[in-house]
Amino acid sequence: MSATTRPSVTPDARGRYGPFGGRYVPETLVAPLEELETAYAAAQADPKFHAELNALLRDFAGRPTPLQFASRLSQQLGPRVYLKREDLLHTGAHKINNALGQGLLALRMGKKRVIAETGAGQHGVASATVAARLGLECTVYMGTEDMERQKLNVFRMRLLGAEVVGVDAGSKTLKDAINEAMRDWVTNVASSHYLLGSVLGAHPYPQMVRDFQKIIGEEARAQILEAEGRLPDLLIACVGGGSNAIGLFYDFIRDASVKMLGVEAGGRGKGLGEHAARLAAESGFGGARPGVLQGTYTYILQSLDGQVAATHSISAGLDYPGVGPEHAWLAQQGRAEYAAIGDDEAIAAAKTLARTEGIIPALESAHAGAELIRRAPQMKKDTLVILNVSGRGDKDMETLSRYV
Amino acid sequence: MSEGLATPATTPATKSSRRISARFTELSASGELGIVAYITAGDPSLEASEKIVLAAAEAGADVIELGVPFSDPVADGPVIQRASDRALRSGTTLAGVLELVTRLRRNTQVPLVLFSYFNPILQMGIEKFADAAKAGADGVLVTDLTPEEGAEYRVVLQSRGLDTIFLAAPTSTDARLAQISAVTTGFLYLVSRTGVTGTRDALPPELPALVRRTRKFTALPVAVGFGISLPTHVTVLGGIADAAVVGSALMAAVEKAASPEGAAMAVADLVRALKNAARAGVSRRSNEA
Repeated sequence: MSATTRPSVTPDARGRYGPFGGRYVPETLVAPLEELETAYAAAQADPKFHAELNALLRDFAGRPTPLQFASRLSQQLGPRVYLKREDLLHTGAHKINNALGQGLLALRMGKKRVIAETGAGQHGVASATVAARLGLECTVYMGTEDMERQKLNVFRMRLLGAEVVGVDAGSKTLKDAINEAMRDWVTNVASSHYLLGSVLGAHPYPQMVRDFQKIIGEEARAQILEAEGRLPDLLIACVGGGSNAIGLFYDFIRDASVKMLGVEAGGRGKGLGEHAARLAAESGFGGARPGVLQGTYTYILQSLDGQVAATHSISAGLDYPGVGPEHAWLAQQGRAEYAAIGDDEAIAAAKTLARTEGIIPALESAHAGAELIRRAPQMKKDTLVILNVSGRGDKDMETLSRYV
Repeated sequence: MSEGLATPATTPATKSSRRISARFTELSASGELGIVAYITAGDPSLEASEKIVLAAAEAGADVIELGVPFSDPVADGPVIQRASDRALRSGTTLAGVLELVTRLRRNTQVPLVLFSYFNPILQMGIEKFADAAKAGADGVLVTDLTPEEGAEYRVVLQSRGLDTIFLAAPTSTDARLAQISAVTTGFLYLVSRTGVTGTRDALPPELPALVRRTRKFTALPVAVGFGISLPTHVTVLGGIADAAVVGSALMAAVEKAASPEGAAMAVADLVRALKNAARAGVSRRSNEA
């Protein structure tokens, strides 16, 4: 099993996916980003790097993850549904794929410390775990609102030896944690690597994180061909920044018969501030326009005069005003479709998955499940669907207990 | 908002960039370090900012940098983050800041530089922004825009006679310093250290070497910013740079002040002290010579 079976077709040399992406950062960060780009390219070309990463993915993280036929869910919904079980990975989500890749890269670059941001806590836990495994120091920035709703993950990170720093600015969620992580990085560039957790930020982050996550789709492709003898008709994944979705989608982008559906957070309403739907604008969600946030040009929820808007989602991992630039490009080309699911539908879908398949998904992944449930009545019996269960729901017990 | 923008697109460029180079020429002739005063526009209100800027100019600031507040100021430390927050809470928009610039220009000839993150400018539209800015501003600095991503912006601004000031940093390679110098007009803004804005006790020991390295690539005046707050910093910089940028120290004074008038007085006092140190530096150097 190789982590790179296909060449990247995007982005261009300046990190552009069509008009999206690029590198919008203060000058201080340009040289470190160039250093990272060079180190990443060297690592990609080095078989030893891949051997080391693949060994860790297998022995430490638990890859490959199963592609499970969801027989009871399929019976209930109609289409043939397979679940890509990223929730079974060590630390409980797909985030470990990228954290391991970047952790190894940090070692190659001679960095002693990694900085990470986290929303739901899954990327923070993955980063803290990888730092512990590789002997790196780790500081994780987390909005204080997210620390409150994901207490268990805060405890896990501290137990793993990471320093967790609460961020009390702005909306006290993922966006503000990224701001603070960038400030730390710009201050400590020489000693520290910024282990960004999603396909966001300045080039080369969106590309690098995608490349570390595309193993999801590469495995799923081989697994579905073995199980069904054909490619799937539809891929469904939730989209916060969009790393689990691009991870699943990437290996299928050239296969025009495979539809791709990203599911954003519809929150509690369609007004600006009530949701985190950046690309699902056709369904009436307001406020998303292309702009520059945290290093990249992409769709952003913002006011008319260019101030980034507050967002809401029951799931901390989807509660972010921007979206990965490659998703913006896939949406603009019509190659992928994006929809939004509200808080209540996500909770209901988590319950359905728990009771039909014995899987309690992360609230993020439950958004993808909810969109499948919503569309299933229009699907044929032989429609073949892969749903990415990007993480498990242990971290969400406190939230879930208020609803179930 | 558009009806509030003061200048129609047909107004000829004011050749405003002359104000910046003229001021640096004067400073160079007297051997005096310039003081660039950064003020976040709209903290606590645009009316207050007007008073504060005029007071700073009156007290001897050589260039005023007017900060456009942004929701996600990743290059700024806590003091300017809080100033931005207060400005946004008071309803400040880029259009409002541009109107302030036009008003200020009626009352002062001090060189004015707009200091912004890119997104507010992008949302207004670069051409519309430049047309409005030229009514009063002399130059623009965009914190998160590098020469590579700023090609269109540069052409539009320079066609309106606005200086395009880019940042140089301690991490900039020689190749980048050359690239930055090639697209910068007015003065070069050199970031003194890796990190965000905010006051520090001491200047970094590598600073003189950094300024010397930078000067190999530019004939423009070099202004040093990030962490400059005290007259002693100004004294040291007097032998090294062409100007010192002071921001967080001023905005901390604005934060503490009980009224706009109090803020204007406090900022003027700080600027005067820094300017005195700059002038004393000249006499000190001429005594040494």
